[in-house]
Amino acid sequence: MIDKFFASAQAALADVPDGATIMIGGFGGAGMPVALIDALIAQGARGLTIVNNNAGNGDTGLAALIGAKRVRKILCSFPRQSDSWHFDRAYRAGELELELVPQGTLAERIRAAGAGIGAFYTPTGFGTDLAKGKETRRIGDRDYVLEYPIHADYAIIKADRADRWGNLAYRKTARNFAPIMAAAAKCTVVQVRETVELGALDPETVVTPGIFVRRVVKVASSLRKAA
Amino acid sequence: MKKLDRNQMAARVARDIPEGSYVNLGIGLPTLVADHLPKGREIILHSENGVLGVGPKPATGEEDEDLINAGKEPVTLLAGGAFFHHADSFAMIRGRHLDFAVLGAFQVSVAGDLANWHTGGPDAIPAVGGAMDLAMGAKKVFVMMEHLTKKGESKIVERCTYPLTGARCVNRIYTDLAVIDVKPEGLHVVDMVDGLSFEELQRLSGVPLKRLATAA
Repeated sequence: MIDKFFASAQAALADVPDGATIMIGGFGGAGMPVALIDALIAQGARGLTIVNNNAGNGDTGLAALIGAKRVRKILCSFPRQSDSWHFDRAYRAGELELELVPQGTLAERIRAAGAGIGAFYTPTGFGTDLAKGKETRRIGDRDYVLEYPIHADYAIIKADRADRWGNLAYRKTARNFAPIMAAAAKCTVVQVRETVELGALDPETVVTPGIFVRRVVKVASSLRKAA
Repeated sequence: MKKLDRNQMAARVARDIPEGSYVNLGIGLPTLVADHLPKGREIILHSENGVLGVGPKPATGEEDEDLINAGKEPVTLLAGGAFFHHADSFAMIRGRHLDFAVLGAFQVSVAGDLANWHTGGPDAIPAVGGAMDLAMGAKKVFVMMEHLTKKGESKIVERCTYPLTGARCVNRIYTDLAVIDVKPEGLHVVDMVDGLSFEELQRLSGVPLKRLATAA
């Protein structure tokens, strides 16, 4: 019997080694798998390379992971925010490396990894500092920049509901990077609000099929407003 | 001369967005455009984080942490709205499906180069977000900015001194003084605020402007 449910976030992340590359779902706080990140901090892995759209907000989630000095490098599109003080301090102190990637290029590099694409040409960033040193090519009447996939050892994401095969349904804009990260990582670990029986998810509303998911942890939902 | 305030600028941009358009409004000043879209025009707002059909701000107490815009502010969803993941969201942008992107800027050059993501200062932390994708991907790129810096220098320049977001991507510039089209043959003034002469606008801008026959 296939059963991807894990009893705890700790158990689901026990094997993360130092130096792992980890994609973390979420756009700001929406879709941020805070319980999994807390478990990762407790687990103790260091020297991590993190892929996320941002570089942490406030003192929780990714910000706490950076604050705990577990991150060696971060790939993201928008680190600087009014409440990104943990990143700002670590970056200015030279404690972590930043690879700044335009948001759509970040998404497509993640998608490409999950889809088995070797590289792709995008018009985004052509002629800018973020394309410096990269191969370019003129195709038709446009100029493009060659970009490579981003693979990860783990993806830790948040979804709304899952069954034991790992099929996932999301909630509103909390979906953001999660489906493409799930496909791009060797081991995808999901925090969900609710676990359900096989067949309870309408197959038409499954956004991430279970083939992309290895581990699922049910986490008591934090208080949130009803839809 | 009476400069437009932020809301008047937003209303001026909103006037030019036709019925049926798919539009992305950048963080900051462009977000205000949403409040001024003419009632009765159906215009669908896109947000990079995976929404089409962004609605107004929720009432206090009705915010949902799972429903935010690209500026990470709580929003609502209109009937007919849809959610999707980030790769699809940027396929909409890069794949030329969006009719308009309205973006803020530090500088725009006479060739339509846009600089809006980084001051390039030694201590500045760079952040780009979706700006480069929007600049290259939207069918039309509108820039909304004050005409002059706090020091009184024109933000419309011969050549951008800040790092570029995209080259030759801006179609139209909306400032607190004028509306200016970026054309292959140069900058064309479409509109000016009341009490501003073309000669004064030309003097403040410091780059060659052409006057459309229809300009006031």
